[in-house]
Amino acid sequence: MELGRRRFLAGTGAAFAAGALPARALADAVQLPFANGERPLMAFPQKRPLIVLTPRPPQLETPFALFDQGVYTPNDAFFVRWHLPGIPQEVDATAHRIAVTGEVNQSLSLSLDDLAKLPQVEVTAVNQCSGNSRALQAPRVPGGQWDNGAMGNARWTGVRLRDVLDRAGLKPTAKQVQFRGLDHGVFPATPDFRKSLDVDVARGDDVIVAYAMNGAPLPVLNGYPVRLVVPGWYSTYWVKMLSAITVLDHADDNFWMKTAYRIPDTPDNSVVPGSTGFATIPINRMRVRSFVTSLADGAKLGAGPVELRGIAFDGGSGIKRVEISTDNGTTWRDAALEQDYGKYSFRRWHASFNAARGTAYTLAVRATANDGATQQAAPGWNPSGYLRNAIETYKATVA
Amino acid sequence: MTKRTISIALACVAAFGASALAAAPKTAPPHGKATIALPGDAGMAFKPGPGVAAVQANCLTCHSSAYVSTQPVLSKAQWTAEVTKMKNVYGAPIADDAVPAIVDYLTAAYGKP
Repeated sequence: MELGRRRFLAGTGAAFAAGALPARALADAVQLPFANGERPLMAFPQKRPLIVLTPRPPQLETPFALFDQGVYTPNDAFFVRWHLPGIPQEVDATAHRIAVTGEVNQSLSLSLDDLAKLPQVEVTAVNQCSGNSRALQAPRVPGGQWDNGAMGNARWTGVRLRDVLDRAGLKPTAKQVQFRGLDHGVFPATPDFRKSLDVDVARGDDVIVAYAMNGAPLPVLNGYPVRLVVPGWYSTYWVKMLSAITVLDHADDNFWMKTAYRIPDTPDNSVVPGSTGFATIPINRMRVRSFVTSLADGAKLGAGPVELRGIAFDGGSGIKRVEISTDNGTTWRDAALEQDYGKYSFRRWHASFNAARGTAYTLAVRATANDGATQQAAPGWNPSGYLRNAIETYKATVA
Repeated sequence: MTKRTISIALACVAAFGASALAAAPKTAPPHGKATIALPGDAGMAFKPGPGVAAVQANCLTCHSSAYVSTQPVLSKAQWTAEVTKMKNVYGAPIADDAVPAIVDYLTAAYGKP
């Protein structure tokens, strides 16, 4: 099978068989499937060559073929997204402290060893940028022009945020819990990157302060030595290099909560392009999505049985069903779900179909979550390009 | 972590069912310094053109040219909104009299009239 035009690795003319994906980047550039989608591939520190959206601050996208290799996204292939230019390039885990202050009975300054005295827990969870796939929304909007690779799935190890909060003791006035990390702007007027969760969300069973990722320390660009993990929620809340937890007695009104990362407070969080004057709410749980990973759009297939593989995930109810279509969504049939790594994880699936000689197919994949949510062919639009979960389609021709 | 402990951890995840969290063999938190050297702008630069000096002087303090060059085609009104956001929201000290030159450059080099 030849790599289709959609994921063509510029300058290689490389071909790969289904499943036999390159362990290392084959070329120094890619053409993503939208206008102005040329991107260099570069190896940043602790990373294999990834798709560079911007080098400073680093925004790095995982080449999509990588997702065919397993349920976990390797640390050195995991996407990277920072907001502010001041990113520490030397971080001392031994000296690192997390300050817990605000509406608490006792302020704390916790080292990682202090954290490790709390019960250790693990969760496998998808971390996906709010703006993943932004460049695919039409009409397009300004912002980070990601294809589908600003996501990854990892096994996160750490301690429950709830246990940390309980050590400090929340006062009855506690309303939200605010998080910040070590990154900063270069001008005093630049708002520090701070994100907040309602107390009941922050105290959830599965929200953890993580110091390991897939069994290893976090790469610096993914938040070494410790980051927040909010399974099911978009990664804007997964604050990296976590250094301060501040319990607030009010709804956080800092820029990153009050102005940025908001979605329309409308049915389906969608508006007509160009609309103004609608109410907004902070982005929160992820939408259900599914992808084919074993082939790319524009694939050329041989006649006969074709195995399709892919992934699905949602905002934490888990995947109930994945269906595939070989006729652009006119008819559907079930794919087989593979091992369940938990309700926040990628769920791998496979299916097969018989490719007929001389036929052009439009393959499609659709997931349904345990909460009943599913995917639409043409979901709505929002001005920040968040929440994309359209049914993905893949053209494939059989010689 | 060894292959053995990974398999134990996975078994725990499977066994827990309803809860996504699993008790796991102890993984020690990291100690010591991690040091990286970021590549700066990795050789990327703004296109030449009238006004590029003002753009270099004001925009590159916080981000590389790729923040601009990877955008879809934006109108002058959209570029104006972006520059205004950098100034008023992100606190970039852009002089008022530099704004028109910056917007004109961005529109000519990366946008549409």
